[in-house]
Amino acid sequence: MLIHKQSDIIPSEIASKETFENRRTLIKAAGASLLTASGICTGFINGSANAATGRQKINAYAKSKYSTDEKLTPYEDVTSYNNYYEFGTSKTDPSIESRLFKPTPWTVSIEGAVKKNKQIGIEDIFKLAPLEERIYRMRCVEGWSMVIPWVGFSLAKLIQWVEPTANAKYVEFTSLSDDLMMPGQRMRVLDWPYVEGLRMDEAMNPLTLLAVGLYGEMLPNQNGAPMRLVVPWKYGFKGAKAIVRIRFTETMPKTAWMKAGPNEYGFYANVNPTVDHPRWTQSSERRIGGGLFTPRIKTQMFNGYAEQVGQLYSGMDLIKNF
Amino acid sequence: MSDKFFNSLIIKIKVIIFLLSLIPLCRLIYLGFNDALGANPIEFIERSTGTWALVFLMLTLSMTPFRQWSGIKSFIQYRRMLGLYMFFYASLHIISYVWLDHWFDLSEITKDIIKHPYVLVGFTAFLLSIPLAITSTKAMMKRLGRRWKLLHKLIYLIGVLAVLHFLWLVKKDHTEPLVYASIFFSLIALRFVYKHRTHFKLSVIRR
Repeated sequence: MLIHKQSDIIPSEIASKETFENRRTLIKAAGASLLTASGICTGFINGSANAATGRQKINAYAKSKYSTDEKLTPYEDVTSYNNYYEFGTSKTDPSIESRLFKPTPWTVSIEGAVKKNKQIGIEDIFKLAPLEERIYRMRCVEGWSMVIPWVGFSLAKLIQWVEPTANAKYVEFTSLSDDLMMPGQRMRVLDWPYVEGLRMDEAMNPLTLLAVGLYGEMLPNQNGAPMRLVVPWKYGFKGAKAIVRIRFTETMPKTAWMKAGPNEYGFYANVNPTVDHPRWTQSSERRIGGGLFTPRIKTQMFNGYAEQVGQLYSGMDLIKNF
Repeated sequence: MSDKFFNSLIIKIKVIIFLLSLIPLCRLIYLGFNDALGANPIEFIERSTGTWALVFLMLTLSMTPFRQWSGIKSFIQYRRMLGLYMFFYASLHIISYVWLDHWFDLSEITKDIIKHPYVLVGFTAFLLSIPLAITSTKAMMKRLGRRWKLLHKLIYLIGVLAVLHFLWLVKKDHTEPLVYASIFFSLIALRFVYKHRTHFKLSVIRR
């Protein structure tokens, strides 16, 4: 016979999910305001934090000549429609699953063909060069695009500070590997950690951006906090997020997507409307934020940045080097 | 109990299934009017209608095993409606692709179908389901006689193509399409086992 043991906890003592969530938010907010007060968390940002939303303004940045004047994709869409498999494979996963991700403290290690291996904290990266706002088009390999106001500076500025040696032909970017903070890494959809790479001349091009913010605020977790790469003439997956290591190499880095699908994703991954992907049409794209009855738009060669970067690939077979 | 009672029960169940099957559409309309279809509403509609077409395909295919294993014959009475709902959601799927996604740009659509295997198999599955929808009436059943059964065997091919369509569309995480694939193959396996059940039983006794 089954004997029901009286539970020690009476139902009225168990908090409802809503109450529980509220308490958690309160505790978090209290924690955040404590940190702000003591200056640990926001000291270097020189901006103001909103404890309830966790959104932190970046105060000083200049406008950039590289910006497009196209209509911005709404903040809501930029921060809720993300491909960031470290936080799950659905586009709405990252904004939800990245809530407990901690972008500070953060150290980036610089290795490989450099004068001296270095470690640099994110607060010092902020001081490396003046911040700029750059409004770039972003084209995803899946056939959609956005217009995003990033805040950051040219990767070239960091590379100059790093002083790579003559052997540095490529730069390899490695993202954080931490399946506690990045629950998506518990599934081996990609060979973690995420690795991306650029040829040295691509990395030195002034358009290549090291982004630390968007919409005038610190980079949200789901967009690659605290620091990510933005290469506007390449498909979005080239923009490694949550970078922890930058390594200068003599040989071409093996990127995460090249390993996952060598015939689908190449090293270059330049936006090219004439080279189709086995799954997606690349001749046109859907601009996010357009609503139900807006037609697709034509995709431009190098995502419209041909003037600035076309010469990097002169004489190269772009069908073979996709 | 009388046949009359059973008939009225079946009609009531049919009405309930009919109304329940409209919920996915109502949800889309509701979300659409409340601007709640997310950052990429067209993709949302394509995904949702596609998924529901696949769900109704599985439901349609599960009626026969339900009848066989429960012995309740009336399951088969709901099969046609479920099959037509599959066609209904597949049509909405195609309409959202042709209209919302590609604005009737036929040359782009043709290129998309020819060049991309997942589009090709999905489109083929839809084309194959048209004759099934047309011949779903009682009159057609009578007219076609034995050929009707043969024609409607196409549903198995449609099932294979639809599952492939989903599997090939996905970039990396194949969990969801594999769930549908395994449901589909289980439904086929159940038919096979039922057909040969006497053989299975006999072999047990012989041992």
